[in-house]
Amino acid sequence: MTAPTQDLVRLGLREAGDAVGARRVSSRALVDAALARIEATDAKVGAFLAVTPERARAAADAADARAAAGARRSPIDGVPLALKDIFLTKGVPTTAGSRILEGYLPPYDATVVERLEAAGAVVVGKLNMDEFAMGSSNENSAYKPCHNPWDLSRTPGGSSGGSAAAVAARQVPGALGTDTGGSIREPAAFCGVVGVKPTYGRVSRYGVIAFASSLDQVGPLARSVGDAAVLLRTVAGHDPRDMTSSTRPVDDYLATLEGGAKGLRVGVPREWLEGGGVDPGVAGAVRSALDAYERLGARLVEISLPHSKYGIGAYYLIAPAEASSNLARYDGVRFGLRAKDARGLKEMYSESRERGFGPEPKRRIMLGTYALSAGYYDAYYLRAQKVRTLIRRDFDAAFERCDVIAGPVTPSVAFRLGERTDDPLKMYLADIFTITCNLAALPGLSVPCGLEAGSGLPVGLQLLGRPFDEATLFRAARALERELPALPAPPGV
Amino acid sequence: MSSSSLSLEEVRRIAALARLRLAPEEEERFAGQLSAILAHVEQLKELDVSGVEPMTHALAAGEVPALREDAVLPGLSPEEALAAAPAREGTAFKVPRIIE
Repeated sequence: MTAPTQDLVRLGLREAGDAVGARRVSSRALVDAALARIEATDAKVGAFLAVTPERARAAADAADARAAAGARRSPIDGVPLALKDIFLTKGVPTTAGSRILEGYLPPYDATVVERLEAAGAVVVGKLNMDEFAMGSSNENSAYKPCHNPWDLSRTPGGSSGGSAAAVAARQVPGALGTDTGGSIREPAAFCGVVGVKPTYGRVSRYGVIAFASSLDQVGPLARSVGDAAVLLRTVAGHDPRDMTSSTRPVDDYLATLEGGAKGLRVGVPREWLEGGGVDPGVAGAVRSALDAYERLGARLVEISLPHSKYGIGAYYLIAPAEASSNLARYDGVRFGLRAKDARGLKEMYSESRERGFGPEPKRRIMLGTYALSAGYYDAYYLRAQKVRTLIRRDFDAAFERCDVIAGPVTPSVAFRLGERTDDPLKMYLADIFTITCNLAALPGLSVPCGLEAGSGLPVGLQLLGRPFDEATLFRAARALERELPALPAPPGV
Repeated sequence: MSSSSLSLEEVRRIAALARLRLAPEEEERFAGQLSAILAHVEQLKELDVSGVEPMTHALAAGEVPALREDAVLPGLSPEEALAAAPAREGTAFKVPRIIE
């Protein structure tokens, strides 16, 4: 039952689950291998904010007992996974990457954590992220930087940077992240893994620390399309504790996964590749993915999303407005950091918040408070919500003519750490292709589509679908994954 | 949308509304950075949005919020709810004096 660590950590989610089910490998061996890999590589990568070896080993032993008794809970029973540190885990530190929650031990589990554990998955730790999921490079983590396993001098992307880096670095075969404006898809693209932002309402957000509630959604990251599909199916579905979670049944993504791309109508937004400021190496990889679709029998359809250029403007009013409201709860009263020496209640609030929040949450709280303040609401927030309607109508019209929309995830490959930290607006503009998906509440997926010539860094293809049509996204992404050569292992670790 | 440039005075007013204490250098920095971001969002003014309904929720067409039965369910015990409190007294959260 023992195999070398380097072989075990290479197993994908389903392979690892099958191996436990067939009793070729124990869950304990998989978990020990993951822990050893984290131990060996995380000083360089910085993906983990907390590792929970004792709990993980106990859970693995329980999974092995179930496998021995023929009582497995799911095909991923006994498989190690990790969680972005935005998911509440009962009794396990949860920080959202912020000092204001340093040492916080949640009194309950997020629904998605309950569902993973009900399926027998073994959580090995909590992953690095931009503070309160605000950022595109993981550089807003209040704890430590996270590095891209392809090139340690570069960002893994953000805000789910730890999630993407851990999966790419073979520390775990899968992870959960959250995506408010691209925070799963952008790091997935930068790290050469698959990342999915499901339809708004597909996954419960109960116990997920809120950033912008009309945009936030939970999704999986994994090293293959099928593994991401299995992980999404495990956590998706209605939750009575989240009234925005949909009652629609969750599709059996694996049943249609291998259906191919023949006859698929792939919409290509003319605004995205022309004059969109996309680096030539990224555009080249995206175009070769589109060529691959044509080879596979799909039909490319030119579409137009005329309002997509207003996405950033609308997003950077709506998301900060909602964040300023959501982050009002960090006031030093019930949990989190309190300025102990403050003299009155009001001082206690403002000093706790000054000490606890880093620059990015402060910036967004300020922007959002301004956009919602008396005299500005109509001009900023209300107008942005109307623009959001226009963006959604663009997609509704486009999906009359195509089944999926394909384009770049990001204008460039992973940039260098420190390169954009002085210019928040420049950082925000990198979200141009991912943001409209959240504004329109659609499902979106990033799948590796090759390496940029020259830099050798991964490029992601973004696929967007109709609401609740994740199944078609998985099928389309799987067709491409099968057609294109697999990426090599990242050279940085 | 009026002027997109934020004065230091406005920055202080917003910070007070948001219950955020800012250091003087943060006020300066935010005045510049927020002005740049607001200048960018000015582009939304190009669009004619008259007659466009705002998107007030993000649910897909036909989706309705699934409301629960109004029934009592188990919740956190007082001890669990207070476990992370920075200061407590009995079963209450303790805060600094509110009325002098």
